[in-house]
Amino acid sequence: MKILVAISNVPDTTTKIAFSDNDTKFNTAGVQFIINPYDEWYALVRALELKETGKAQTVTLFHVGLPDSEATIRKGLALGADDAVRVNAEGPDAFFVASEIAKYAKENGYELILVGKETINYNGSSVGGMIAGILDHPFVSLATKLEMNGSTATVEHDVDGGTQVVECAAPMVISCAKGMAEQRIPNMRGIMAARTKPIKVVEASSSALTGIKSFALTPGRTTCKFIDPSNVEELVNLLHNEAKVI
Amino acid sequence: MSVLVYIETGKGKVKKASLEATNYAAQIAGQLGTSVTAIAFNAEGAHLEEVGKAGAKKILNVKGEQYKTHDPIYLAAAVEQAAKAEGSKVIVMSFDVTGKALAPRLSGKLKAGLVAGAVDYPAMNGNTLEVKKNVFSGKATAIYTINSDVKILSLMPNSFPVKLGDNAASVTDFAVDLGSVSSKIVVKETKSTNTGGMIPLPEAELVVSAGRGLKGPENWGLVEELAKVIGATTACSRPVADMHWRPHHEHVGQTGIAIRPNLYIAIGISGAIQHLAGVNGSKTIVVINTDKEAPFFKSADYGIIGDAFEVLPKLTEAIKKLKASN
Ligand SMILES: Cc1cc2nc3c(=O)[nH]c(=O)nc-3n(C[C@H](O)[C@H](O)[C@H](O)COP(=O)(O)OP(=O)(O)OC[C@H]3O[C@@H](n4cnc5c(N)ncnc54)[C@H](O)[C@@H]3O)c2cc1C
Ligand SMILES: Nc1ncnc2c1ncn2[C@@H]1O[C@H](COP(=O)(O)O)[C@@H](O)[C@H]1O
Repeated sequence: MKILVAISNVPDTTTKIAFSDNDTKFNTAGVQFIINPYDEWYALVRALELKETGKAQTVTLFHVGLPDSEATIRKGLALGADDAVRVNAEGPDAFFVASEIAKYAKENGYELILVGKETINYNGSSVGGMIAGILDHPFVSLATKLEMNGSTATVEHDVDGGTQVVECAAPMVISCAKGMAEQRIPNMRGIMAARTKPIKVVEASSSALTGIKSFALTPGRTTCKFIDPSNVEELVNLLHNEAKVI
Repeated sequence: MSVLVYIETGKGKVKKASLEATNYAAQIAGQLGTSVTAIAFNAEGAHLEEVGKAGAKKILNVKGEQYKTHDPIYLAAAVEQAAKAEGSKVIVMSFDVTGKALAPRLSGKLKAGLVAGAVDYPAMNGNTLEVKKNVFSGKATAIYTINSDVKILSLMPNSFPVKLGDNAASVTDFAVDLGSVSSKIVVKETKSTNTGGMIPLPEAELVVSAGRGLKGPENWGLVEELAKVIGATTACSRPVADMHWRPHHEHVGQTGIAIRPNLYIAIGISGAIQHLAGVNGSKTIVVINTDKEAPFFKSADYGIIGDAFEVLPKLTEAIKKLKASN
């Protein structure tokens, strides 16, 4: 079993968001980029655990992005992935990214494709399902536990109003969420080893179906109205008569 | 050319999110000078009536056991065939658990551009559709464009009001050719979340949430009491779920679930950016915190600087009084 883990390069969660070029581009000046947390903590770490327990042979990272995301890929390699593929393109939309992943996975016989639940910059939760749609693979979304038995996966995942345990034979796509594994910190040996691990760069052949015309910051709330703790009746009154929510 | 909307039913009724989607589809149909066709699965009388009232002119009712687990492989086959039969160029559904699997699957199959989590009505500009969506976990919004022939929109739940009129939809059974479609996903076990009779968090309009400031799980009675008097659902911050003070399904925020209730009361929660990412779409936010510097106050509409252990019982009493007088 060869596992392909799709990793995205995203601004650190605490980044102050700003836009440039007349609000048409995300301003990357001074921004610290990281591996999308769901991709790193859950998808990648679980893939590595499967390899360590002999349930998988190789773990390959797949990333659609420009050369400046190499640091992110190296971090994934430092955590223990065997090798990486970078599609040299900005990755303009989820369909473009999914098409690239689908094509590579198919041509190279990857039977298990792991993605994160969502990216923390575009919050689409879309790439995994799109890969499955393109390849006509099963897709198990929002997985919180993953066990492999040969080429059959047992997955616990969130469904509407609860959780479900399913079994599914590979090839398949799984989106990974909290619960699947614990975050790891790369050690020195891993970091050293990552320097010489191969990153294959390929050119893109897909096209996007959507684009972004402009961005705007979400307006903050107008100032908070403070109520004296000894006068909770006033809060009740405001919630009832002003906000009209109770 | 109708606008197609995917309808989900559960526990004997149409999901509120599906009614939101139907209303939304009707708005688009108005712009395009066409009407709304809904696709529903194993739906019955009262369901169908509601979908009609929400704005569908025609309902395609698909029957079959395969659809009962909402497996997107079957749903996608059905929606694809319905879209073809209806000549639909716009497909609408909720950005809920099913929508997060079904919409991208259809997008991949049909090469149809998808905007996942729309928060406003779209504008049509020739063949280009423009629509707003939250990005950067709610810190910003972006106007997306879709240029493909078929376009798919999934809607952020609780972002659009449900309006029911008095129109009735025509209902036809719709036969789907599942041909070689066969799911490899075998369901072994389904556990429903025990919300203790509360509305599940993603659909809740009123939410009372607490954090580490509550000190320990033994103090949650105060939070539950308040939730009960207003008919709210309870939620919590991540550390509270991580320490098993509260069940995992109550965890809201970036790594938990994102919600957009009408009212979010945050008690003893500092307001870390990752927490806000899941709740800052709430319409009204009340923060109760002992620390006047707590960052959450910057995102609040109403604030009480005070001790939860003193404020909560008083607040619960005051709301009881209000409810009694109404
Ligand atoms: C990548 C990443 C993802 C994350 N995802 C999430 C997420 O999804 N959801 C989430 O919640 N967090 C998330 N976190 C964690 C987040 O950064 C915060 O650590 C967390 O939200 C803090 O929880 P808290 O507010 O309950 O606790 P604290 O930060 O400890 O705050 C407790 C608050 O209670 C107040 N308080 C104390 N005593 C009282 C009292 N008697 N009455 C009233 N107030 C009192 C204090 O003043 C303080 O403001 C994430 C972190 C990272 C790095
Ligand atoms: N540029 C990218 N390169 C590789 N994988 C990606 C990229 N963008 C998104 N993904 C994967 O798709 C998942 C879902 O992304 P999204 O649909 O944007 O929320 C992410 O968690 C990643 O696993």
